[in-house]
Amino acid sequence: MKRVITVTVINQSGVLNRVTGLLMKRQFNIESITVGHTEQVGMSKMTFIVNVEDERKIEQLVKQLQKQIDVIKVDDITDKSIVMRELALVKVISPPHIRSEMNSIIEPFRATAIDIGKNVVTYQVTGNPEKIEAFIDLIKPYGIKELTRTGATAFVRETQKVQSPQLSILK
Amino acid sequence: MPAETEVQPKQLNDGSAVLIQALKDQGVEVIFGYPGGAVLPIYDALYKNPIKHILARHEQGAIHAAEGYARVSGRTGVVIATSGPGATNLVTGITDAYLDSLPLVVFTGQVGQEVIGTDAFQEADIIGITQPITKHNYQVNDIKDFPRIIKEAFHIASTGRKGPVVVDIPKNIAAGLFDEEKHVDEEVNLPGYQPTTRPNFLQIQKAAQAISNAKQPLILAGAGILHAGAMDELKDLVEKHRIPVTNTLLGLGSIHGEHELFLGMAGMHGTYTANMAITECDLLVNIGARFDDRLTGNLNLFAPNAKVIHIDIDPAEIGKNVPTEIPIVADAKEALKELLKQEFASPVSEDWITHLKEAHKEYPLWYVEDKEHLLPQQAIQIIHQVTGGDAIVTTDVGQHQMWAAQYYSLNNPDHWVTSGGLGTMGFGFPAAIGAQLAKPKERVVAIVGDAGFQMTAQELSLLQELRIPVKVVILNNEGLGMVRQWQETFYEERYSQSLIPVQPDFVKLAEAYDLKGYRINTLEEAESVFREALLSDEPVLIDCRVKQLENVYPMVVPGTGLHEMIGVSGK
Repeated sequence: MKRVITVTVINQSGVLNRVTGLLMKRQFNIESITVGHTEQVGMSKMTFIVNVEDERKIEQLVKQLQKQIDVIKVDDITDKSIVMRELALVKVISPPHIRSEMNSIIEPFRATAIDIGKNVVTYQVTGNPEKIEAFIDLIKPYGIKELTRTGATAFVRETQKVQSPQLSILK
Repeated sequence: MPAETEVQPKQLNDGSAVLIQALKDQGVEVIFGYPGGAVLPIYDALYKNPIKHILARHEQGAIHAAEGYARVSGRTGVVIATSGPGATNLVTGITDAYLDSLPLVVFTGQVGQEVIGTDAFQEADIIGITQPITKHNYQVNDIKDFPRIIKEAFHIASTGRKGPVVVDIPKNIAAGLFDEEKHVDEEVNLPGYQPTTRPNFLQIQKAAQAISNAKQPLILAGAGILHAGAMDELKDLVEKHRIPVTNTLLGLGSIHGEHELFLGMAGMHGTYTANMAITECDLLVNIGARFDDRLTGNLNLFAPNAKVIHIDIDPAEIGKNVPTEIPIVADAKEALKELLKQEFASPVSEDWITHLKEAHKEYPLWYVEDKEHLLPQQAIQIIHQVTGGDAIVTTDVGQHQMWAAQYYSLNNPDHWVTSGGLGTMGFGFPAAIGAQLAKPKERVVAIVGDAGFQMTAQELSLLQELRIPVKVVILNNEGLGMVRQWQETFYEERYSQSLIPVQPDFVKLAEAYDLKGYRINTLEEAESVFREALLSDEPVLIDCRVKQLENVYPMVVPGTGLHEMIGVSGK
């Protein structure tokens, strides 16, 4: 099962290495990882999506991360109401005569063209990983020249529903 | 005591002087190390402001000695090595200390900051290398952080679940001028590191309840008892409620080896009784052990009838291998104290104890005497007799280690120094040197195999130099005994590279280092030589030629349950 884990760390050199090294040593498979500064000076936050077999494994993962000296806080936010976003940049073959067709495709995704060349256009799309997947599937037939994704970043919503629906990618 | 009328200002002139002063402030009495280019400034500072330094003949010897020192003294072992090969030679010892939770602070030299990352002479990325095998590690990148880092390193190594901390010091930092104004003497502040030592009260109540409900409870006592100094509390709990107790390999010594409720060691080469007790108990109280696979055998068959209480200072150990009903994150001493305060009816049926004692009588540890050869088990028994069970015993890994664990019944805590988690050949002899330095008045016996001894035999030079009375007993079976035993059992006696018939003359080797050497071939010789050699005040080496093809029994074959032990012999 996929789990979303956030890890607040003291931003010291080597801390990312320490955390990913731990995951490698303990044989956890990382689907995606994002890191960036937080609102607090000197603190960074990592968001992982990991694939684990069972509850015991995820408990072990959280505990092992928590043990690291540079790690301040570890949360498994999978089962909470969360906001999760990922950004993808997609360079697609798009000759001028199909541009309007492309626009009608990207519009519902609120993607934007951020670089336009003679025959290729680069689109930027943000959303949860599922939305990004859907977007890429639609664009694929036109010919993707290059694709890059940031991986998901997330935190819990201010208001938690009692029974929050699980994100479909996590099922 | 002379009055100190004048406090000398600290000589904080460079990074190295700061380091040595900080070590003194930490109360460090002895450093194990080996100099080299990148740590020359540190060794120069040590020359000017001395702390006792033990110059091992190989960095691996230095760090195992520091481990032995840490295990026996309960203090943090300190190691210094140079960059590159000096640092990488420490990797085995760092891993060993990590797996057995021994407190070490390891200072490695590093090339100057201006050339880090250029594959400079004697450069190795020791931070990257040691990240997975340390509790924490640091590279000092700014001289003003140096005092703080040293303080934090000692704090981290010696609190919570103990472990090794590496501090990597670039040469220009070690030699760099240190402005005293930069030195802010602050308290350790590590928001991400707050070990829980006090148990949760509700969980203690639950544990008390579970014990009072149990008919056939069993205590599994691990090294956590020794690290916490909780031997008295363990004994009180065992005796107050008459709960039988077994030990892990590393937990040996946490209860007196002859205690009437002690069942011997559990696990792969544990006693039949201890393993049967684990299989039959209805409550297993694990205190400070981590359910290592050498202890549990097949996890699906482990303690099948038992509710499990697990007391551990490291929350990550609880539930890692064995599902736990009552987890208690705490220091073993604190947890046991709280548990002892709880008043509850002693539940144990005397039938359970009688049953175990009978099993112990019926299925004891055994060996078949051999008129022609001295058996290793006999050798250990004689060592036990001669030393009265009071010696500090250190070992490597392998057959000799298991025989020592089985037949050297310990009277005292902190007298058992063995490489448990990593199983390091070459550990026992240098560890004995460290142990002897920690407790100069105790008798220290290194029980090692002939193969493992040859991995760190160069440290004989230390005995020659220090004249400390370490006794080295080589149980010499001309090869890698445990490897050979496994090849006999699982590989149809194909002894691939496990027999070493060509050996040095160990007695002459001892003599080359100006040490007294003995050779023993028979039981009679063993009795007289051990009496003379082990009771002498000098360092000695005893080459004890034992039966080559003797095996360690009983045994839990990997993948099977503890109750399926082989090599159990009924009387």
